[in-house]
Amino acid sequence: MTLRLPRRTLLQGTAAATLLAAAGRPALADSPLKVGFVYVGPVGDFGWTYRHDVGRRAVEDHFGDRVETTFVESVSEGPDAERVIRQLAASGHELIFTTSFGFGSSTLRVARQFADVKFEHATGYQRADNVATYAGRFHEGRAVVGTLAGMLTQSNRIGYIASFPIPEVIRGINATAIHARKVNPEAQVVPIWVNTWYDPGREAEAAAALISQGVDVMTQHTDSPAPVQAAAERGVPAVGQASDMRRFAPEHQITALIDTWGPYYIRRVQAVLDGTWTSTDTWEGFADGMVQLAEYGPMVTPEMAAAADAVRTSIVDGTYDPFQGPIMAQDGSVMFEDGHVPSDDEIRGMNRYVEGVVGSIPG
Amino acid sequence: MLRLERRSAPSTAMRVATPLVAVAASIVAGGLLFAALGHDPERALYGFFIAPLLSTYGLAELAVKATPLTLIALGLAMGFRAGVWNIGAEGQLTMGALAGGGLAAMVFYDAQGLWLLPLMCLAGVVAGMAYAAIPAFLRTRFGVNEILVSLMLTYVALLALSALVHGPWRDPGAFNFPESRFFSDSGNLPILIERTRLHLGYPLALLAVLVAWLVLARTVIGFQLEVTGLAPKAASFAGFKPDRTVWLAFLVSGGLAGLAGLIEVAGPGGGQLVPTISPGYGFTAIIVAFLGRLHPVGILLAAHVVALSYLGGENLQITMRMPVAVTGVFQGFLLFFLLAADVLVRYRPVWKRATA
Repeated sequence: MTLRLPRRTLLQGTAAATLLAAAGRPALADSPLKVGFVYVGPVGDFGWTYRHDVGRRAVEDHFGDRVETTFVESVSEGPDAERVIRQLAASGHELIFTTSFGFGSSTLRVARQFADVKFEHATGYQRADNVATYAGRFHEGRAVVGTLAGMLTQSNRIGYIASFPIPEVIRGINATAIHARKVNPEAQVVPIWVNTWYDPGREAEAAAALISQGVDVMTQHTDSPAPVQAAAERGVPAVGQASDMRRFAPEHQITALIDTWGPYYIRRVQAVLDGTWTSTDTWEGFADGMVQLAEYGPMVTPEMAAAADAVRTSIVDGTYDPFQGPIMAQDGSVMFEDGHVPSDDEIRGMNRYVEGVVGSIPG
Repeated sequence: MLRLERRSAPSTAMRVATPLVAVAASIVAGGLLFAALGHDPERALYGFFIAPLLSTYGLAELAVKATPLTLIALGLAMGFRAGVWNIGAEGQLTMGALAGGGLAAMVFYDAQGLWLLPLMCLAGVVAGMAYAAIPAFLRTRFGVNEILVSLMLTYVALLALSALVHGPWRDPGAFNFPESRFFSDSGNLPILIERTRLHLGYPLALLAVLVAWLVLARTVIGFQLEVTGLAPKAASFAGFKPDRTVWLAFLVSGGLAGLAGLIEVAGPGGGQLVPTISPGYGFTAIIVAFLGRLHPVGILLAAHVVALSYLGGENLQITMRMPVAVTGVFQGFLLFFLLAADVLVRYRPVWKRATA
């Protein structure tokens, strides 16, 4: 599955970039811009890292020989990350994307030593003059997923394979629960924590465990297609994560969240070429195309599709926010008052379950 | 048909030579593999083995990476010599990091003074020992298999780390993200060379090698471990209690693993507890221990070879766009050739006509 860019955008971009490259990077205009990517998983994970790599290849396709990209895969989120990032910076990479939350401190430490290199940290919150952050508003996708899951479940139990209890993951669970209950007030979301981003064995076991607990719709916030496969083997419909996982469950994928990084990466590389790069915080969703959904599966009826599309449309046109009040917390207290549309900061700091989620957040 | 016949006495020279043979064979096999993948083998081998060592920073990183491997493997080797199998060093490392790092992040985060680091190290060692005492106790008291217990306790330790960093030990200023406060300056290991990450832990590891060598070669304890491993019955006739050997092996290896964990968080870990402390040093150290022939000096060398395989793998990814699997394949080669060479040291292949 490669990302296809509209031909016109491609041509315009190329022409503009050629003009500006000379202006933006006078000293190095002749040599290709080296762009580095640090991945937490293998490029063949068919999920998170795979989609970042699709974005990287989009950069190569777009800029041709004016860029040179490098990636390092399966980098552990610990002390090793700092060495890898530093090695990229020291070997002439001028723009480096570090694509996992756990690379944050390492990115900042290396950035302090390499003031001329630009860094971009995915899903992070700490910035510096040469460190930008970016993430997708994945909860928008989860709102649609929750709507479908709420209508599909018979047992009223929706399984959710969760990685680490960071706000981003809690947010996804909450968005799923809120929207499942809007169409099915009996529905509950049952999370199971696997403490990993990528471990096909554990992810598949978690899926099996959830199904044995009566879950009949599966969603996940881990990176491999193993849960989708495990669910399909047991006849349970599932939602793909980060990329379209249909080929792993042709009959059972309800839809999939698709992260689309290519356009963002192209924009940021362009900015470095132009000399206009600044440290920014980007958080884009459906409207900007960073978050997309795969085609609905065969179990989704036209009515379900219509309800799901309505949620999606209202988010895109800005008439609806997935977390607009009233939202009740799991303990029955009010999280967001009726009519209140929470700010990005409020959404970012979300660390409590909403009503309809089973269990408690670990830690 | 080809048969293996046990040699009466494996020669010492060959025992020393096998790791070198294994390394050499891995290099040859690696070169062939690179060639088969369509890369220039000479350039790839250079990128893997030489290029990472050409800068001060690279050498410092080699030492940084070899430090925990050396410390842990030294401890494990003590037990392995006596047939005591501590497979849970990763858990003991985590507990050491938790105890020492917890002191620095939760109690003394404002404190300054030279006393802080030694205190953290002590906490790390004690916590590693205490955690290793669980499998030792269960083994000596109830005869429970120490391999299983120590291995399973690793996952408990990792979950404890995760729970604390995601929960009560979270930095109040970090927007709910899972990381502890930063340690105070006195809680960070001093850097030995400016602009690198080479820290005080490396000389500590070298010191540990020296001490371990003295203990194994020159003391009754070393003799006891050796005899218990080679001939358990003889050991008990000599008055060496097997239970004491188990305890000794677990306490020493647990303490060293705990120290390695503390060194990781107070050194390259950046003076902070995060959900991932080690990329599996506790398990990699098992390879290091055997590659080093369970001998302290051998372990020191083996730790550097294995550390280099990580650096080389990263370098090939960056400079030649090879997949990360290169690192794993190389470590696999190393272990495979070592074991294969080992068989040939202990047994001699003999051609014999099949006797129906």
